[in-house]
Amino acid sequence: MPAKYHIHVRRVAPRFSPLGRSTIIDWSEGCLRCARCVKEMCPVEAYRKRDFDRTQLTDTIDEMCRDCFRCVQGCPRELIFKALNPQYRQLGDDYWTPEIITLTWYQAESGKIPVSGAGYGGPFAGPGFDALWTDMSEIVRPTRDGIHGREYISTSVDLGRKPMFLAFDGQGELLFTPPPLLEVPLPLLLAEPPLGAALPRLRQMLGQAAQSLGTLALAPREHLTEELLPLARHLAPHYAPGKMNLQDPILPQVRAAELADHAGVLEDMEALKKRYPQLIVFIKVPADGRAEARVADLTRAGAEVVHLYGTHKARGLGDCRDLHLKDLIRRCHLRLVADACRDAVTLLASGGIALAEHVAKAIICGADAVVADIPLLLSLECRLCKECREDGPCPIELENLPVKRGAQRMVNLMGAWNNQLLEVLGAMGMREVRRLRGEVGRAMFKEDLDQEIFAPLFAPREGEPLRREGE
Amino acid sequence: MAVAKKKVIPLKPKPGQPYEPVPTPSRFRTPLSKYRVWRSDSKCIKCGKCVELCPYGVFTKAGTYLRRPKSHLCLGFACRDKEFYCVNKCPGQALRVSIHPVYATLGDARWTADLLLATWWQAEWGSLPYTDLEYRLGGSGGGFDRLRFSFPPPRRDFKLRPEDISLELDLNRRGDGRPQVRLGVPFYAAGMSFGSVSINTILSRVQAAARFHTLLCTGEGGYPEELYPYDDHVITQVATGLFGVREETIQRVRMVEFKYAQGAKPGLGGHLLGDKVTPAVARMRESVTGSALFSPFPFHSVYSVEDHKKHIDWIKEINPRALVSVKVSTPTDVDMVAVGSYYAGAHVVQLDGSYGGTGAAPDIAKKNIAMPVEYAIPKVHQFLKAEGIREQVTLIASGGIRTAFDVAKAIALGADGVQIGTAELVALECLRCHNCESGRGCARGIATTDPELVDLMTVAWGVNRVSNLYYSWSWQLKEILRRFGMRSIRELRGRTDTLVHLDYQDRPVDDDLRRGA
Repeated sequence: MPAKYHIHVRRVAPRFSPLGRSTIIDWSEGCLRCARCVKEMCPVEAYRKRDFDRTQLTDTIDEMCRDCFRCVQGCPRELIFKALNPQYRQLGDDYWTPEIITLTWYQAESGKIPVSGAGYGGPFAGPGFDALWTDMSEIVRPTRDGIHGREYISTSVDLGRKPMFLAFDGQGELLFTPPPLLEVPLPLLLAEPPLGAALPRLRQMLGQAAQSLGTLALAPREHLTEELLPLARHLAPHYAPGKMNLQDPILPQVRAAELADHAGVLEDMEALKKRYPQLIVFIKVPADGRAEARVADLTRAGAEVVHLYGTHKARGLGDCRDLHLKDLIRRCHLRLVADACRDAVTLLASGGIALAEHVAKAIICGADAVVADIPLLLSLECRLCKECREDGPCPIELENLPVKRGAQRMVNLMGAWNNQLLEVLGAMGMREVRRLRGEVGRAMFKEDLDQEIFAPLFAPREGEPLRREGE
Repeated sequence: MAVAKKKVIPLKPKPGQPYEPVPTPSRFRTPLSKYRVWRSDSKCIKCGKCVELCPYGVFTKAGTYLRRPKSHLCLGFACRDKEFYCVNKCPGQALRVSIHPVYATLGDARWTADLLLATWWQAEWGSLPYTDLEYRLGGSGGGFDRLRFSFPPPRRDFKLRPEDISLELDLNRRGDGRPQVRLGVPFYAAGMSFGSVSINTILSRVQAAARFHTLLCTGEGGYPEELYPYDDHVITQVATGLFGVREETIQRVRMVEFKYAQGAKPGLGGHLLGDKVTPAVARMRESVTGSALFSPFPFHSVYSVEDHKKHIDWIKEINPRALVSVKVSTPTDVDMVAVGSYYAGAHVVQLDGSYGGTGAAPDIAKKNIAMPVEYAIPKVHQFLKAEGIREQVTLIASGGIRTAFDVAKAIALGADGVQIGTAELVALECLRCHNCESGRGCARGIATTDPELVDLMTVAWGVNRVSNLYYSWSWQLKEILRRFGMRSIRELRGRTDTLVHLDYQDRPVDDDLRRGA
């Protein structure tokens, strides 16, 4: 058995106090000066420990408050309130919600799985990844004690072309050399986020995080400068159409490279493979209406790894703008299955992978591994204010974040994600993530459950009018 | 044991003396509220007019001293048209009614601020709020929250009185010669271990269960001595960690619950964080103070239905009068699991849906693993019917049952009864801050074993709060049955025709019991 893969998470304190959903409003006007003030009775001593943060010019009490409302309910003059924090609501956008952002901060800080008491408080279901539930197994599973597994659950995946069968000669020797495979110990690749301040520093962090995790970081070739070369084994340069150059000095040092899809991509790939036989070549394909056919064509033509990408809100591109990435992954996966060549190729997916559960769900829908981008930026305490797009000042001063700390926060986040993937796999009774790929039978899609269970009970039958109130 | 002996409330009320609600106000000085009534001290001329005007008792005085307005009793904006609207009539224009700023910070999609406030109201008074609080639904946008009862027009010839309507539920339907357990209401209290919640919480729940002739499950945390007087109302749980499970505890009770999985963390073991393992908890669980306790997953001795049967037989052998309940989560093949449990000899199959409560669980599990109970109930109900064994097994649903309407909807979807947990904690003034697991535990003294925090709540108070909620729910269930002309909760089971699902229906349906009929 190989050594157990372990991600070394270590707490990295935030540099800015994280924003909370609500905030304490504490009027002192009319205070009775009670002999024993409710503030003294705070169970977490928030009032005693509160401080004034001189860099951010804020009160630190909201970081400590645990929302028990005892001071709100206890003050005899009703002078203490909790109110929604407007800054919190302004975080991110409609997809990258404040909840996702703060949850990412927590994981990047602690490296821990978010755990809480009381039941789930969110909506019943939602669009995209929120419209499916993963399965669990009542009896059959690897024996584990919570997250402290005794038995090994593998999260390794292989990137590359797999032969559909082996052939041997009379002596029992393989008749051909199998194509190279790159094994990464977790089904996650890192990629340079589409925005962010202090990008050269950010790329250093990405490279170091990829090295520490044992995976790859994807970045445009032109961004991979000299000082990143020591990390080349953990980098994969991305070449825009026509930009690939066989003489590129980085190519002998990297293990994988990515080509944007274009008419001549197969020739480029052939040339690369001829020159660097051990190099794994990814082809990055937009998740639009042609993706399904294109993925099938590329696979038939010998592609090793196809990277399907959607928008940063997990939607398709072009004519598939209204479709969710998960459905586009499913289409491509099923097409490859129908063409009997699914196992030949590795399918990566990216775009809007925001939470640990998205990793598991994208894999269930048919991806072999996923690519994380924006969450890595969030792990550095980014608030998605998007000021950097207009060269505005970065409110979290990314330019001052030490590379090591930033990289460790990325590692923490990926560590927390990987542990959550283990939870999902463990609950399903699966021992390895390779088995999860395309296992839609181990997931429950809301539309299927509605169709199977609710529609027969509640849908009006053919020709029957909708029921009226009181009928 | 460090915990002092608690007052024992008589177990069996004399026949003909059903529980009557006892007003039990909030433990905290100011109850939380939707509206805020504010009186400006500088403008108030202390005439006392508001005290005379308000029929809801928002304003009170002691001698000439005007007390602070009791905002939570205020009718709110609906009062504006009334002739007793204090704001208009105040000679000094000193009064203001507005939405309380705290209201927006309360609750979440499943338990909205309204639902919390309405549940607190029911726990205080035992009746539905007269204000505009929504007491039937949460805001999750799916499942129970998209289902409505479609009441028929009132029929004059059908006047059932509350005493004509039965809420009783028999748990043993196997006809195997074991004693019958008849519940007075179609719900019982879900397992919450000593350790995850305080002994006062457990005693409040069990005493309320006794008053309403129903049961309480101990959860996986041993059998505290304080429960011994209530043996007939206790279900003891056998779960994977076997914490505190002994032959003696199994022999005490009328029903034993065999827990495979919990809806909030299906496929994952239980987890009590080290901070909550106080000396008392450690002794009960035969473990070490301060060290976190994991229940393994799954039962390492169960790998087949045959193994499962072996365990059930073992329990039946140790306690020949006990019924056996099997608690499972809701995987894709939940229907097969239910059938397997029946063939292994279970009297009760309990489905714990994915949105249920927990003392501590990974967020990813709570949200994503296993299906909501709204799907699982009809799936299992129909499958058991097709197998021809539906009448031999009692199907209990849990995991996200928040209101009396959820109870009725679960039954109409095909369950025989339900288990409730979070709703009772809300009755004890839980506000779902989700911090049960951390540090000293619940800052409101419910889900904690910290001696100082536990004392925030007395059993006498807690039992009345839970009883008031049970009373209000019983009233609502009977009212729902009455409007359908049903004499027993048994008649409602599987009657999906009483429900409409808003996804398949575009006309408004109003099932508010405060209106009509």
